[in-house]
Amino acid sequence: MGFGQLSYDMAHLLGGGVLLFSFVLLYQRRLSGVIAAFAAQGALLALAVAWQGWAQGAPGLYLTALLAAVAQAVLLPLALRRLVRHLAVQRAVEPALGIGASMVAGVALVALALMVVLPATAGAGLQAREDLALALSVVLLGMLMMITRHNAISQLVGLLSLENGLVLAASGVRGMPLVLELSTAALVLMLAAVAGFFVFRLRESLASLDVSALHAHRGEREGEGA
Amino acid sequence: MMHPALLVLLPFLGAVVLAAIPRQPVAALANIGFSAGGFLLALALLALPREVEGLLHLDALNLPLLLLSGLVGLTTAVFSAATLPAEGFGPRAGRAYHAAFQLFLGANHLALLADNLGLMWVAIELATLASVLMVALHRTPAAIEAAWKFLMLCGVGIGLALFGTIVLALAAQPLTGGGAASLSIAALGRVAREADPALMTLAFVFLLVGYGTKAGLVPLHSWLPDAHAEGPMAISAVLSGLLLNAALHAILRAKAIVALNPGPLPPGALMVAMGLASLLLAAFALWRRRDARRLFAWSSIEHMGLAAFAFGLGGPAAMAGLLHMLGHSLVKSALFFALGRAIVLKGGQRLAAIGGLNLSHPVLGWTLALAILATAGLPPFSLFASEFLMAQQSVARLPWLALPLGLGLLVAALALLRTLQDLCFGPATADAPGAPPPALGEWAVLAPAQLHLLLALALGMALPAPLAALLAEAARIAG
Repeated sequence: MGFGQLSYDMAHLLGGGVLLFSFVLLYQRRLSGVIAAFAAQGALLALAVAWQGWAQGAPGLYLTALLAAVAQAVLLPLALRRLVRHLAVQRAVEPALGIGASMVAGVALVALALMVVLPATAGAGLQAREDLALALSVVLLGMLMMITRHNAISQLVGLLSLENGLVLAASGVRGMPLVLELSTAALVLMLAAVAGFFVFRLRESLASLDVSALHAHRGEREGEGA
Repeated sequence: MMHPALLVLLPFLGAVVLAAIPRQPVAALANIGFSAGGFLLALALLALPREVEGLLHLDALNLPLLLLSGLVGLTTAVFSAATLPAEGFGPRAGRAYHAAFQLFLGANHLALLADNLGLMWVAIELATLASVLMVALHRTPAAIEAAWKFLMLCGVGIGLALFGTIVLALAAQPLTGGGAASLSIAALGRVAREADPALMTLAFVFLLVGYGTKAGLVPLHSWLPDAHAEGPMAISAVLSGLLLNAALHAILRAKAIVALNPGPLPPGALMVAMGLASLLLAAFALWRRRDARRLFAWSSIEHMGLAAFAFGLGGPAAMAGLLHMLGHSLVKSALFFALGRAIVLKGGQRLAAIGGLNLSHPVLGWTLALAILATAGLPPFSLFASEFLMAQQSVARLPWLALPLGLGLLVAALALLRTLQDLCFGPATADAPGAPPPALGEWAVLAPAQLHLLLALALGMALPAPLAALLAEAARIAG
């Protein structure tokens, strides 16, 4: 399989689209933009997984795609939007690293992913290699977002987008047992539910969603009680 | 008819039942009952054949860890019942606490029993979610920060571990022909030799860093001290005693598979490096702690680093690593039992708040003192035996690594001895007024701790022949 074949080109296009939205996530300045970009990434992910299901002749993947479409593209963004509105938090993203610098770091991470995956997978099929490189890039960009944002909701979206990368990786491997994809998708939902709960509590106890405000409670400084 | 799956299903059933019991003292007793059932089932595993059964398997490597997990689950349930008045949960938090405790135990057993790497991943994820819930229960700002950090860092760690699992399946898939076999530990072991070496190494790096997060290995260890310090007291014991072992066990399974393959990077070397880094960082960090529970959580990082180092060396050192895992679980949970009671009595967990325990509460004070001595790796407890064996192996095989190893051991042991001096001897600090007495009586705190210390002592004095044979077989599996 190579360039010029529909199955390969489409898989590549859709996987690349998921990665593109990882970058879109990085340059948003408002929380509503972050959530919209995450929803779009979820929708593209669902398409990419469904395409893999068709290309590999694995109907089980359609179910994973459906789960991704319902959870990552609709339910999670709606829940996040509700959280933001309900909490009346500051709508602006507070990056710890400037947006330009984040983009440069993002490009460097994609290069790193390519350098790690492509030589290591020389024996595997061409499609599997490039899918894996794309998925690893999405995972790394999710981590970058978690590191460079103070805001609890942005960090949460970073984690969820990291999980999107994992679903993309799992769907790209031919003959991957279904158990895993289903549980991945289900657990993304659970993680978000638990984390959403925390965000509520964060608001209650600190009147802020800025996680760095919590560092004073570490209990390691002189004179602090436990 | 005994089946290994019962060991997973009973705690899950317990979680459902306990979530429905509104009265906390009753729920605490039921919690002890379910944990005792789990311990008996773990004992019954001894009679089962060691083989793969569907998605589960039983062999010499997971059997001792399962026995230990059953025992620590039971003793922690007793201790947890005793400290329940001091925790002061509301009605909903009490139900959530007990249900999450059993859920955690069941997930932990599943993680140890799973023959399928995907199932193992799901189980570790489940255990994480249950423990995050327990850490957050007190809802203080510090508890929420600890739980948030736990969730975020372990979310990343678990994500990386899943990526590693997927890469491993990709490497094995041309040989196993896809399907469930490409994630079965037994099947992967059969084909690992011919699999693509570069892919196998890539998979191992992700699995090591990913599960290493959960095992408290550097560089993603920073959730561990906060999670140990801010959750309910009984949770520190199971986090250190069980969760870290389950994560390290997952790394061992991955290592056993990847080590069969002539990859460009030997997995043992990576484990040695991460283990030493964890040991050294923790040994120096121990000197700067002011919070007693954080201090002993850092000591867990140190001991996990030691165990990873031993497994990385492999051969006879792997047996030392296993003995170290067992011994550390026993003495560290004993330490957290005694320390938990001391914190309730003195009304604070800063080191400065607890002092002279041997004068004000002699039995508790001496139990804590022995637990700290055992944790510091002093003879005659079993951590001394395992650390001695590690040092000996290191000198014999990688002499230039014996220096940092010895330095780490020494610095950490001195830090713990200094803490021992502060906590147990010296001038006694005042008791907090109105500290609630333990439910069920003072024995419910002391007996679990002393039982653990006694077992660690027995393991340090002599290994019974059947246990030694079991550990040798397990060390052979772990490579």
